[in-house]
Amino acid sequence: MALIDELRRALKRQAVLTAREACVAFECDALTAHRQIPDIVVLPESVEEVQAVLRICRAHGVPVVTRGAGTGLSGGAKPVAGGVLLVLSKLNRILELDPLRRIARLQPGATNLSISNAARPFGLFYAPDPSSQIACTIGGNVAENSGGVHCLKYGLTFNNVLQVKILTIEGEALTIGNEMQETCGLELLALLTGSEGMLGVIVEVMVKLVPRPERTELLLAAFDDIARCAEAVAAIIAAGIIPAGLEMMDAMTIKAAESFAHCGYPADANALLLCELDGVSADVDWQILRVSELLRTLGATLVRQAADAAERDRMWSGRKSAFPAVAKLAPDYYCMDGTIPRRRLSEVLAQIAALSQQYGLPIANVFHAGDGNLHPLILFDAGKQGELHRAEELGADVLGLCVAAGGTVTGEHGVGIEKLGPMCLQFNADELNAFHAIKAAFDPAGLLNPGKAVPTLARCADYGALHVHQGKMPHAHLPRF
Amino acid sequence: MDADATEPIRQRVLAAAGRGSPVRIIGGSTKQFYGREVPGEPLNMAAHRGIIAYDPAELVLTARAGTPLAQIEATLSQSGQCMPFEPPHFGSTATLGGAIACGIAGPARAYAGAAKDFVLGVTLMNGEGQSLRFGGQVMKNVAGYDVARTVVGSLGSLGLLMDVSMKVMPRAPQSATRVFELGAQAALRQMSEWAQQPSCISATCWVDGRLFVRLSGSDAAIQTAAARMGGEAHAAGGEFWSAVREQSHAFFGGAEELIRVAVPALCAPQTFSGECLMEWGGSQRWLRNRSDIEAVRAAARSAGGFATRFRTRDRSGDVFEPVPAAQMRLQKTLKAVFDPRAIFNRGRLHAEL
Repeated sequence: MALIDELRRALKRQAVLTAREACVAFECDALTAHRQIPDIVVLPESVEEVQAVLRICRAHGVPVVTRGAGTGLSGGAKPVAGGVLLVLSKLNRILELDPLRRIARLQPGATNLSISNAARPFGLFYAPDPSSQIACTIGGNVAENSGGVHCLKYGLTFNNVLQVKILTIEGEALTIGNEMQETCGLELLALLTGSEGMLGVIVEVMVKLVPRPERTELLLAAFDDIARCAEAVAAIIAAGIIPAGLEMMDAMTIKAAESFAHCGYPADANALLLCELDGVSADVDWQILRVSELLRTLGATLVRQAADAAERDRMWSGRKSAFPAVAKLAPDYYCMDGTIPRRRLSEVLAQIAALSQQYGLPIANVFHAGDGNLHPLILFDAGKQGELHRAEELGADVLGLCVAAGGTVTGEHGVGIEKLGPMCLQFNADELNAFHAIKAAFDPAGLLNPGKAVPTLARCADYGALHVHQGKMPHAHLPRF
Repeated sequence: MDADATEPIRQRVLAAAGRGSPVRIIGGSTKQFYGREVPGEPLNMAAHRGIIAYDPAELVLTARAGTPLAQIEATLSQSGQCMPFEPPHFGSTATLGGAIACGIAGPARAYAGAAKDFVLGVTLMNGEGQSLRFGGQVMKNVAGYDVARTVVGSLGSLGLLMDVSMKVMPRAPQSATRVFELGAQAALRQMSEWAQQPSCISATCWVDGRLFVRLSGSDAAIQTAAARMGGEAHAAGGEFWSAVREQSHAFFGGAEELIRVAVPALCAPQTFSGECLMEWGGSQRWLRNRSDIEAVRAAARSAGGFATRFRTRDRSGDVFEPVPAAQMRLQKTLKAVFDPRAIFNRGRLHAEL
């Protein structure tokens, strides 16, 4: 085949995989229910090689799907049949780290955690910390505009990226952004961040490093009522305090996390709040006092402050292992990712519980409460006929609830292939057309990651037929309270 | 006073689009000096005003584009909150839409973030009169391309900002200002050193051989920082920062040409000759009465930055840094996505847009 020959001439021979047994390792990202064995996998080792791959694919009219570490949760890196999977994991070097300028310049395959590790000797760190940070790559983080537990205070990937270098599908190199993070012309960096590999291939990223806080403290609070816990979250923020992390868990998650991680959570609590406060020492002093007092006033049954770094790590370990802990409760779980206005929290949780009952599938809830980002975990057994499909239907309904509450179908995991349907609930045809036109401005032939991130209008027509009956809003059958 | 003027505005847009005749977008007329000269009939957004949603516990405020910044700041202030990017008003009628469309930030920018860091969602009316919603009213939203942040600083070239949802933050309990007698080079080094440490610095400005530093936080945090840093207390700190933000400080007085340079913070002071005021740890520099913009641009570019003719008599040429050809093609295509007949603020940002 001419395409494969050309790729083999442009790259090292072993950097082009076509054998099924080699390609199968790349058949999916972390959305494992959707697989496609790629026909061709390329693993370039330089920007020039990436450029060559793109020019060859462009000339042949062959689709290109870019992949970093494959930790994405929405199927954004799922291979496309007949296409080339462009794996950037070998481009994993830290090109420059300058403590004076507080920047790091990275190849796209550098892992998120490697940045903070390299910055640590200088008292600096890279703030966004998605839970997959040990494996996920900075290129993937930019493509998804990844979040993490510290977003409310430190921002998303967008707020921490200074500059990216991309290659267009034509192989043309563009440098977007600058060290000052100042807009020059149209703010294209915003458009590229979170564009899910649809507009260009990221080949270099410059990020901002920030000083490690002088002091960090962690409070744990237990509640016997999840609504009261949600009130406490609102009260902390209304009191003028922006915690570094503010995480909530429901009863099912607390029990699962405690038996998994033995982290000292009160297993009989109905809701648990972890509140991390950081900053200059004198500010943390008053914030700890104020938050503890608020938590007690608002009915916390237990308020505990970690005595030292070891206890803090132990208290975090439960939250950080919540997904694998919940995974022990059933053969499979499906992680959702919607964001809602915080004031609707109790109401939406009740609606989620009602859906869970209706579908007969349990749902455990963990969330970034500070920014209203929910991660309902749907438990199911893919071995049972039709149960995966039911879980996906339930998931889509949960996202419908988020949109109806004034929120979004994805807070930080991206649309990928997973949320193409629910996107139709959030955006109308004119808005979707604008997205398609933006895509065409960068990639007129539609070769970069085709079929992801933005649904076609035809797909929305089908989805609407399923989800809107007789012109009624979705979920009209659910009680509203 | 608060009113939704979407429909009359839409009629104006449809009429302009029908004739293919350009419109010049106006909010409070406080930033009309900024950017290139624009042809066309004025389209006034000031009547489309009012705060649509604000809940202090959500840290989100949504308001129509014509809402005065002063009204928003007064509302936020009642709940102890603020717009952390400190948008300059340049006049009492300044609007939210103008602040976001211009994307200009005040003294806190290097420490708290820029306008684009706080915009969560917008409604944009495109050149066909369609109201398009991008982003959202929640903290985290990665559904669809991030058009909401892309319009920040686009000077109306993509469409009409109808309303904006933004993240707001608690105001620091206290602020105090320290002042140091320092030359420009020493000031840059000092600011860089501070920036590598955790601190409660919320603004920096060097002018006339003096470095001003604003500290924000609790009383105790400010006192600790002040003791560590030294310098003298500056009693009129509030007035000073307001004067820098609003360009009413003596440095800006009577300047016919004011160039704004954005450069990496450690760029050597002698890169730019003449009168200079530095902010944001050194990454924003104001140059007064220099008319040789090309020389300034060349120097800024070689330092990794760019220069803007912020206030200038000649608004027909390149007010903003020229964009490389490949990027300009892309920007023109993007403009056409939203404004196919090029009716909105034609040429305000760049002649080609």
